[in-house]
Amino acid sequence: MDTRIDTSSAASVPAAPSASAAWRRLWCATLRPRTIVLVVALLASALVSLRFGAHPLSWPDLLQLWFPSAAASATTDRATVIALLWEIRLPRILAALAVGAGLSVAGASYQGLFRNSLVSPDILGASSGAALGAALGLLLSLSIVGIQALAFVCGLGAVTLTYLLSRTVGGGHFTLRLVLTGMVVSSLFMAGISVVKTLADPYSKLPAITFWLMGSLSSVTRADVLLLAVPLVLGTAMLLALRWPLNAMALGDEEARALGVPTGLVRFLVLVSATLVTSATVAVGGVIGWVGLMVPHVVRFWVGPNHRELLPTSALLGAVFLLWADNLARWMFAVEFPLGVVTCACGVPVFLFMLRRSQRSWAA
Amino acid sequence: MKLELQRLACGYGRQPVLTDVDLTLVGGELVCLLGPNGSGKTALLKTLAGLLPPLGGQVRLDGRPWADWPARERARLLAYVPQAHAPVFSFKVRDVVVMGRTAQWPLWSGPTAADWRAAEAALALVQIEAFADRLYTEISGGERQMTMIARALAQQARFLALDEPASSLDFGNQVRVLQTLRRLVQSGIGVLMATHHPEHALRCATRVAIVRDGRLHRAGPPEEVITAASLEAVYRVPFVVSDISAGQLKPIRVCAPQLD
Repeated sequence: MDTRIDTSSAASVPAAPSASAAWRRLWCATLRPRTIVLVVALLASALVSLRFGAHPLSWPDLLQLWFPSAAASATTDRATVIALLWEIRLPRILAALAVGAGLSVAGASYQGLFRNSLVSPDILGASSGAALGAALGLLLSLSIVGIQALAFVCGLGAVTLTYLLSRTVGGGHFTLRLVLTGMVVSSLFMAGISVVKTLADPYSKLPAITFWLMGSLSSVTRADVLLLAVPLVLGTAMLLALRWPLNAMALGDEEARALGVPTGLVRFLVLVSATLVTSATVAVGGVIGWVGLMVPHVVRFWVGPNHRELLPTSALLGAVFLLWADNLARWMFAVEFPLGVVTCACGVPVFLFMLRRSQRSWAA
Repeated sequence: MKLELQRLACGYGRQPVLTDVDLTLVGGELVCLLGPNGSGKTALLKTLAGLLPPLGGQVRLDGRPWADWPARERARLLAYVPQAHAPVFSFKVRDVVVMGRTAQWPLWSGPTAADWRAAEAALALVQIEAFADRLYTEISGGERQMTMIARALAQQARFLALDEPASSLDFGNQVRVLQTLRRLVQSGIGVLMATHHPEHALRCATRVAIVRDGRLHRAGPPEEVITAASLEAVYRVPFVVSDISAGQLKPIRVCAPQLD
């Protein structure tokens, strides 16, 4: 029996140019039934979200944008519809999709890196850091761009602090140290937020800070979407590119190293990318909890732990989920409801279900 | 290719558990590492795999210090098979095996068709195609061990460092693993394997190295090294070692502990 594993047969097959082979693989992955279902669900959700809101539009109102003949049965004139969609609804819908996708991909990557499916993207202090930055910005009456920039910088600063502290504190496994120092830094920044709240004017500034901390996309503008897009696209693309090293590291650090993965570099790149994404989402939408914890967990039940499927599916499902959570926040009451409360209300039952399931598997 | 261990000291932290190891491994050779629990067999294998820094001496491949080889290059040359363990996430067996090819693709890329073919071939070689689509968390310990070996084969390294590869296998699977290893050795691969079964060393090793009391005690052909006296010195229980005839084949040496 021949014991050598022969890959030379690959060379004897007339080799397709590798670029076209890569496109073909990408195409096959895109055409998976679940991907198609999720993309259709995403587009349909976006369309429905465009129509409904504080100022309800009819379908002819929307159709007249493309078909002038529909203008006859429209109830709102074309210019108003364009202004409404372009200035308010479309930015908000895009922001919801982007924040949902970004937090889910960041959460899935963190869970793989830390080999723990109960880890969330704010574990290293990104959210509390960014929230302190935003609260400070509101306290100092900065412009909206200033507030977002400060939130972003503080989010990155908190994770950098966590990383540096975990390197200087000796003893134990590095991952464990990282998570523990993350908790310490997080609570430090939370204390900072409490200080800011104490100092804030209870009539004008405190409500704004509180509302920010509960998460909301109500004040998203077109400029915000652009601001969100750059770090989000960069971070998400980096995480998607690292899907296979993440797989190896999900097996264990030692095994990944023995397989030739530069684990230190991969860990650093994943931390930076996920922090970039998380800080950007907090800067635009405040602290929106549970998405990055819950969505990857549900998707792992569905498609398995291979990051090749887990990351893109998490991005799509996270986008659809957060869009509907935001729709509920918009539609449920006459006034805007905090988005963070909606995601929490969805997250708690899912978390309890997860806990029940894992207890059953521990018992087995 | 020649892997040389020169006065190597290895261990966890700063205190070596094993010192002054001189050992050479070439292709086509299967060296079995025998020694009591805690004698530093795993530390030695991990040092070879680059997971622990050498605490003294050095490892050379073809004269060039092992530490000078890039990590990816090392992973292409030497595959490490850890003891079977329970992972956190439920990857498919096929996905675990294809990860053996990690050093073959760039960091941001993934397996190509050739990598998947190599994974299939490795699965076929250890005869576990039947559960290639099962989940790694839901197979038995022995099946996991076979998966780890398949992954090392998919890695297509010139050297294999195996940590007790047959420890959690049933009798048939133990024999299958030994047969597979022997075929690999015949095809020119060099294998270093830690084991607690002197029988395994007698069946398939070309050389046996005994470590105890922090040193490489003895190394040589199995028939010379594995004697009642040497086994008693290692395991501190009485042994019977005997050659039994097997028809026209050459006699088989067997060893068994004596119970009082």
